[in-house]
Amino acid sequence: MNEIAVQTQDFDVGAEYAALISGDTDAGAAVFFVGRVRARNDGREVTGLHLEHYPGMTEKSLQDIVQQAKERWPIERVRVIHRVGALRLGEQIVFVGATSPHRAAAFSAAEFIMDYLKTRAPFWKKEQTSSGELWVEARDTDQQSAQRW
Amino acid sequence: MITVLFFAQLRDQLGCESVSVNAEGIRNLAELRAHLLEEHPDWQPYLGLESLLLAVNQTLVKLDHVVNSGDEVAFMPPVTGG
Repeated sequence: MNEIAVQTQDFDVGAEYAALISGDTDAGAAVFFVGRVRARNDGREVTGLHLEHYPGMTEKSLQDIVQQAKERWPIERVRVIHRVGALRLGEQIVFVGATSPHRAAAFSAAEFIMDYLKTRAPFWKKEQTSSGELWVEARDTDQQSAQRW
Repeated sequence: MITVLFFAQLRDQLGCESVSVNAEGIRNLAELRAHLLEEHPDWQPYLGLESLLLAVNQTLVKLDHVVNSGDEVAFMPPVTGG
């Protein structure tokens, strides 16, 4: 299984979890995060998203982020899926899964990957709202989260 | 030539998704941006933003990064994935 996937189609969390732990009895801990399209953002009613990316660089940057996580923590397996294109309300956007012998490394690695992804991987969200379309502004809190590591 | 790509709202603001620039006399990204702004002064409010992310050959770099003929350069708004 590839560690990284950038795709338009949805993913199945159960299948991803099964693949992450399949045949690996050393990983006593499995952590995953799923990001979804939510209804409200900065007070706006969101009806959907369009996710743009920079093909080629996106995969490269995710691979680099995963590599950095592996250098910092004793990770057994990692899986990162990020969707692009049109997404409706409530749909899954991103999956990050990590396994390790103990939970601390898996929690930290998953959070690190999300924090770095949100500040370094070339994805951009355009929101559809009741009053039209609008590019989402980057948040300072995401920068601060990434700077913790 | 240097291929220059623009993404997301920056592309919309410039009304342009890519340009080819003759690499002669351009040593780094700062000089590349200055060259683009000379040709398109109306791009200043957008391409002049300090918050933009910069990539050379699909790796994030700083404004003083060297550019050469054949490079793929990208100017990008701060990312908002995840």
